[in-house]
Amino acid sequence: MNEWLHEFGNILLETLRAVSPIIGLLVLFQLLVIRKPLPHPGRILVGFLYVLLGVALFLVGLKMALFPIGDLMAQQLTAPDFLGIEPDPDRVHWYNYIWVYLFAGCIGFAAAMAEPTLIAVAVKVSEVSAGSIRALPLRLAVALGVGGGLALGTFRIVTGAPLYTYILTGYAIVAIQTVFAPKVIAGLAYDAGNVASSTVTVPIVTALGLGLAAAVPGRNPLLDGFGLIAFTCLIPIINVLGYGQIAMWLSRRNQAANND
Amino acid sequence: MGSKFPFIERVLHNRFVRQLLASALDLVPIVVVILFFQILVIQQPIPEAGRFVAGMLLVVLGLTFFMQGLKLGLFPLGESMAHAFVRKGSLFWILVFAFALGFGATVAEPALIAVADEAARIAADDGAITASVEARKSYALGLRLTVATAVGFALIVSTIRIIRGWPLPYVIVGGYAGVGIMTIFAPPEIIGIAYDSGGVTTSTITVPLVTALGVGLSSSIPGRNPVSDGFGLLALAALMSMIFVMGYGIFA
Repeated sequence: MNEWLHEFGNILLETLRAVSPIIGLLVLFQLLVIRKPLPHPGRILVGFLYVLLGVALFLVGLKMALFPIGDLMAQQLTAPDFLGIEPDPDRVHWYNYIWVYLFAGCIGFAAAMAEPTLIAVAVKVSEVSAGSIRALPLRLAVALGVGGGLALGTFRIVTGAPLYTYILTGYAIVAIQTVFAPKVIAGLAYDAGNVASSTVTVPIVTALGLGLAAAVPGRNPLLDGFGLIAFTCLIPIINVLGYGQIAMWLSRRNQAANND
Repeated sequence: MGSKFPFIERVLHNRFVRQLLASALDLVPIVVVILFFQILVIQQPIPEAGRFVAGMLLVVLGLTFFMQGLKLGLFPLGESMAHAFVRKGSLFWILVFAFALGFGATVAEPALIAVADEAARIAADDGAITASVEARKSYALGLRLTVATAVGFALIVSTIRIIRGWPLPYVIVGGYAGVGIMTIFAPPEIIGIAYDSGGVTTSTITVPLVTALGVGLSSSIPGRNPVSDGFGLLALAALMSMIFVMGYGIFA
């Protein structure tokens, strides 16, 4: 209990230090530039304290529960004994690592569903769009994208293809989709991946990438271990744009059916 | 007074409980995935199961407080400040605020500090900089300031975009083209870090504030739609960091 309190205190201080420039900035601009009283200052202060407390509790919990087991599972799944592969760089076959891709996909999806920033933005979107973009389907589309991106990213580490070929191809797909997708969802789609790659996803993804690059013969953790986040930022964009296209197509078909 | 209080308390209580249940549901997938792989695929017990359960309960509680706090404090604050800036009508101060928000939120971001240290280690191993501690520290600090400047600059561009009504896709696709061009010239060691730097700069505090800024600006300027114009700020910030970090790799 004592150790726990100590860690909680440390993380609370760390969080406070990370947000102190922002708090200072908001107060400074409020007092010197805007110079008008805030509506409901007490409620905003309580909200700020809740956010700080929430982030600290969340991080302590993640460090206790999720990160150790995430690291352990990344190690176990990429261990050559478990995969039954030979330590020979000429014999790296992508299909020996099926469990890794599957785990990457599942944990990416699950982590994105638990990501506080994604929940927050989804709630905001459904509020400002007056419910026409609903929070849960949006989160599912993004989380499936994070899972798919992570599976693809681990596949790239195993096969050793250059990162930019995947990412630049993805950008080209997004650019083409942008032409056809409904304009209203585009901004949200571009943000989706970044929003989902935050507190929960990044540490799990990093452990997986570095563990995998160290375990696969012929890969360099420094060169190949990075770049997974780029995938978890990219594929959700494609998914959300696709979700927008499908939603638009369905509502048009419904309208056409109603008109008949 | 006395007759009002129990009612308010009950509403708050209910809301809190509902949020608690929603948070617990949000964590179901991750628990299922971990149990499935650990028990059925790897076939090992969960190490320190009690600690795991206690940690997950803290995560649920933390998520609940975070969401309540956002709705009470962070979202209304960001939006009311954006409204106030628009009413004041000074473009200069809005842009100063946008830059300062982006820079301030990024420069102290723990995930970025970790990535910058890692990048400095790679650069030192590579011989791009001398292996001394000071050289690595100054390289890491330079990288952090580069990313923070990139995010601040991106928020300036996004603010002008919302005010002028530039179409967002042009800005984003232009950013993609910028990333593509920089990739050709950047040293290969920096590319992975540059691509990742775009994703690590979005912390739990920054995302709600930047979202509130975008939504607040676009809902208080006539002719802008908060859904189609108010988002895309984080995406541009990510692209800008990628471009700036590759530039740092070329020139530093």
